[in-house]
Amino acid sequence: MKKQQLTIIITSVITTIVVIVGFILLMPIIGPRYMHPMMMGEQSVPNSLDTSTSRLSDEGLFQVSWSSDLDIPPLNKIHSWTLHLETADGKPVEGAEILVDGGMPQHGHGLPTSPKVTEDLGGGDYRVEGMKFQMPGYWEVRFNINANGQSDSITFNLILE
Amino acid sequence: MKRALLFLGGILLTAAVIAWWAVTSQTSWSEAEKATLRGLWIGSLPALPPDPSNAFADNPQAAEFGHKLFFDSRFSSNGKVSCASCHQPELMFTDGLPLAEGVGATTRKTMTIIGTAYSPWQFWDGRKDSQWAQALGPLESAVEHGGTRTQYARLIDEFYRAEYESIFGTLPDFSDRTRFPEAAAPMDDAAIRATWEAMAQDDRDAVTQVYVNMGKAIAAYERLIMPAPSRFDQYVEGLINGDKKAMRAALTANEVAGLRLFIDRAQCINCHNGPLFTNNDFHNTGVPTAQGLELDDGRASGAMQVLKDEFNCLSQWSDASETDCAELRFVSSEGEQLEGAFKPSTLRNIAETAPYMHAGQYATLDEVLLHYNHPPIAPVGRTELEPLGLTAKERSQVVAFLRSLSGGVIAPPELLQAPK
Repeated sequence: MKKQQLTIIITSVITTIVVIVGFILLMPIIGPRYMHPMMMGEQSVPNSLDTSTSRLSDEGLFQVSWSSDLDIPPLNKIHSWTLHLETADGKPVEGAEILVDGGMPQHGHGLPTSPKVTEDLGGGDYRVEGMKFQMPGYWEVRFNINANGQSDSITFNLILE
Repeated sequence: MKRALLFLGGILLTAAVIAWWAVTSQTSWSEAEKATLRGLWIGSLPALPPDPSNAFADNPQAAEFGHKLFFDSRFSSNGKVSCASCHQPELMFTDGLPLAEGVGATTRKTMTIIGTAYSPWQFWDGRKDSQWAQALGPLESAVEHGGTRTQYARLIDEFYRAEYESIFGTLPDFSDRTRFPEAAAPMDDAAIRATWEAMAQDDRDAVTQVYVNMGKAIAAYERLIMPAPSRFDQYVEGLINGDKKAMRAALTANEVAGLRLFIDRAQCINCHNGPLFTNNDFHNTGVPTAQGLELDDGRASGAMQVLKDEFNCLSQWSDASETDCAELRFVSSEGEQLEGAFKPSTLRNIAETAPYMHAGQYATLDEVLLHYNHPPIAPVGRTELEPLGLTAKERSQVVAFLRSLSGGVIAPPELLQAPK
């Protein structure tokens, strides 16, 4: 074996040892969080999460959008939403029957309240009362819509800070 | 050999940089974390919300009257129990016991009344939806005050007539014992209930009106009891002002490490959020049934009870209009997530209010942290907890942080003791 080869082997062995020992020594400072997300016991929000507030329903029947009566949906405060419903080609849908549902998919629980559509405001607008979020994180809000003899559903995603 | 040394030097340098980064990332806060800390800061507590169900909520005279009622043990079956028996000001309005003791033994731990004006739900299971409706629960509980509303109406007549009338108007004459029996109320006790049901509707309403006004006066008093800023709040203030010296003076490195765990890996903030460190909602954390007690399904029963409560927001005794009662109208009253769910306690002054959990199952905060670290299977429903994997040192850091939340109470000093 040439001397040069030996140097390379020794260098790489030392390097490996230093990295491993260094990592072990740093563990108490870094904590297990950088090893693997699984060790953290918490899931992160999906990267590709669509949090837009205006979307086409699952089967493409309705264009649905929501807005909160408070600028940003607040934590721990009951409030109302306005839901706007149009056909896929942009005509307001009136007289729809709408059910509200939702929850935190990563925690396996539903909404803390039972929100309901309490008023058809006309022009495709509906008042949704009783909205509330009591935890920060990733929420889903689903609407099941029944209108013009057709039904479809839509799930909105939102992240509460 | 030179090359090897160069290699080694480079690696050591890299390690040093990583170490430096790791250390600084433990002592500085990201913008998102700063926003989270600000959300927990007492300065984020909004102004006292109105209580539309209580027309006397902000009436100073009613608060003064409520203060007297709160400490008056004549309002009980044995003359020994007042609200203050369990809600002792010197113990942050709790009693230091696992289970509250009135004229008998209860099955739940006393909750503090500090800051409860901010909560839409009262009690561990939220079976009441206002402070005044809450105050009326124990007064007619057979194991707490143990008395009845006819007895109380007569006591008001005897000891507080002038004061009552100056706030609420004319007090009816309750001296006719045939119309107003000694002990009558819509309680579980069969004899007391039968006596109540034998009374004329108008007479029952006259008694209940006085009883309701007692609750509203007590609530007017309780609304004035607020948590005081703690060392944690001084730390956040320092952070907001960029004052590192104030931050170091407020919290130790150990406490800051605990705070970091609190908002991150320990996931406490999921439920203990907002400036009162509670979301005032209901969560199943799988706390074991206390020895000698029956299975407690918590919110599942509480939600049913508040819906049919005679003093709820939509009741005839409430001063609220229907639109003021959104929490009750849109209450979640069924589903598995209510089974065994209880309200998260406020963590302000938590170190002063041991023991912990709804039946005082844990004597110390260390035991509480052990529970969250290795959550057991829930006795009913499904626990929302997952194992945290905190080391003993990390658990002690969270506890150290929790101790920094003790700041006491803000209220006029005369309200923190029995009235003269």
